[in-house]
Amino acid sequence: MRVASPGLPRVGTTAIVYAALVALLVISTALVAARGGSFLSQANTVDMLTRSSLLGFVAIGQTLVILCRSLDLSVGYVMALSSLVAATTMNGDPNRIVLGAGAALGVSALVGLVNGLVITGLKVNAFIATLGTGLLLKAYLDTRYKGPSGAVPEAFQLFGYMRIAIVPLSTAVMLVLAVLGWILLQRTRVGYHMFAVGGNDEVARLSGVRTGRTVITAHVLCSVMAGVAGLLIAARFGTGSAQVYSLGYDLDSIAAVVLGGTLLLGGRGSVAGTVGGVLILATLDTAFNVLQVDPFFKDVLRGAIIVVAVALYARRQIDPTSSRARFRGGGGHGPDPVPAAPPPRTGTTKAEVTS
Amino acid sequence: MKGNPLRSVLSGGTATAAALLVLIFAVVFVINPSFAEPSSMLAFVKKAAPLVILAAGQYFVIASGEFDLSVGSLVGAQVVIAAKLLDGEDSRTVPVLFLMLVFGLLVGVVNGLVTTLLRVPSFITTLGMMLVLYGAIRLWTGGAPTGALTEAFRQPGRGGIDAGAIGLVPWSLFVMLAVGALAVLLMRSPFGRTLLAVGDNPVAASFSGIRVALVRTGAFVLSSLLATVAAILIGGYAGVTAQVGTGLEFVAITAVVLGGVALGGGKGFVSAAMGGAIVLEALFTLFNQLGLPSTARPAVQGVIIIAAVALAAPQLSGTRRPPRRGTATAAPVPTPEPVG
Repeated sequence: MRVASPGLPRVGTTAIVYAALVALLVISTALVAARGGSFLSQANTVDMLTRSSLLGFVAIGQTLVILCRSLDLSVGYVMALSSLVAATTMNGDPNRIVLGAGAALGVSALVGLVNGLVITGLKVNAFIATLGTGLLLKAYLDTRYKGPSGAVPEAFQLFGYMRIAIVPLSTAVMLVLAVLGWILLQRTRVGYHMFAVGGNDEVARLSGVRTGRTVITAHVLCSVMAGVAGLLIAARFGTGSAQVYSLGYDLDSIAAVVLGGTLLLGGRGSVAGTVGGVLILATLDTAFNVLQVDPFFKDVLRGAIIVVAVALYARRQIDPTSSRARFRGGGGHGPDPVPAAPPPRTGTTKAEVTS
Repeated sequence: MKGNPLRSVLSGGTATAAALLVLIFAVVFVINPSFAEPSSMLAFVKKAAPLVILAAGQYFVIASGEFDLSVGSLVGAQVVIAAKLLDGEDSRTVPVLFLMLVFGLLVGVVNGLVTTLLRVPSFITTLGMMLVLYGAIRLWTGGAPTGALTEAFRQPGRGGIDAGAIGLVPWSLFVMLAVGALAVLLMRSPFGRTLLAVGDNPVAASFSGIRVALVRTGAFVLSSLLATVAAILIGGYAGVTAQVGTGLEFVAITAVVLGGVALGGGKGFVSAAMGGAIVLEALFTLFNQLGLPSTARPAVQGVIIIAAVALAAPQLSGTRRPPRRGTATAAPVPTPEPVG
């Protein structure tokens, strides 16, 4: 509960994320240049942006859920399911692209709806609820699809390969969705409610926010974003693949969100930060590739960098600038940005219950 | 224990776990009566012991309000380390066991200190540790595990005492019982009380003079040490493969939750967590007996964990105390910083 020294303007978490990204780009460029290469060559930039689009879709959705103080561990399975539904529905027929994409996103939304209903209706912890639906999807995928199946028409494969100058189409779509996510959080009522629910569920409820509905909306949007990532997988592979879930996008997306400065406990964060976090991870991967780092050493570095970066942010996690104006600390409450505890009405403590 | 001790135990998840266990075994016995023989049951215990021990370790971390996602890859790392260092030499068994414990201790201390002192959420700390261990071990061995475990090293995991009529009583049963007894004693000691207090409300705990960082680090160390013990048993039981340990962290967390322990901390019994692990293993056995295709198993597992938590939910969050959400980070009205 340190008070920022007066007079010094506070730097927002998102600004730090992008400063870190720039620093990383400079270091990578220097390291690659020292070996006589060029890090920001066209091929490398395209590689970096392509990498960021897939994780970007998932992480933007994950941001909404984490802002509501929830979590989604089922995104990897939703991606796999979406790619399969899209590919089998399209089945190589260019006339069925819209139908296939619609079916894939619809199924994804349904999974999100189930996640949201289980969490809010049955009061199951989000960690367990999404782990459970993930396991259900895994069983379905493994039993139903033994290998890649379905086919995606040429026209739809453009989503995976087309480029506008050096920006891949998929990255452009990701950025557009990021802007939409930003507008949702900063300019709409649902966005306000997400911050409120993540900040303090009970206070939000007492203020008249339909908290359950907000959490369900976040989960549906998160699953739909994972569904978009699944469409991109289908477009890239030309077919649907069940094995996508083993690529670790669930944990990676959470790492990207936290790396982007969003509080894992909800209530504070931004889509812009998440995109920064995704770009940081993509830059790391591209740099490791260009520098030909041993793939196993890559894992070690990745793990260490994620922890170190979050440790650096953790010092300033209670940063009033990353929440919406209405929910900032300060105001009439003095400089303490920590929300006050709800009155202990029942008076029973856990120690009594368990001893 | 103030009120009725039996009631508080029953509401803590032990009863649910026990009821589920009886039900599952009843079905297993009906399908396959030979499973009721002591030798089959002892074989079951041998298979279940590592998960029970892992669940006990995970319980300490979860009760203190944190997560440990690194145990799966720690188990894998320890087995690979053992194989590489032992390289089939019997004389090295004891030093290597000692080294493994030291390594486990180190991992726990790092997890704990990064989480408490650097204030990194434990989800991220242990996720990072998982990646680091996964990569470092493969980097060290060049991708695939090398070396071999010794016969002496494998004894605890697959050997036992020949008890004549009832067959081989596995060492892992004794290890499991010893770990269980120690864990229960620990939870009844002042450490256990402070652990639950920290998980319940870290701010209140620190105001009342508990060193929260120390207690939580202790929980991570216990988890890593018990993961090391589990690794010794798993290595003995199943041998060395590149995949050993993969995904065990989620199975362990599932077991703990099945035992009625609340994610978020401060509530639940270590005995119930270990019971949850036995239920989960029994469930896997049931799937085997039913001849369920292995790909369909996760579905049943998924439904059961959601159902178990959903059934426990009203009493966990409704009647006893205000909802957990919001209380974890909540601080009382501005008061002076705690001293010490």
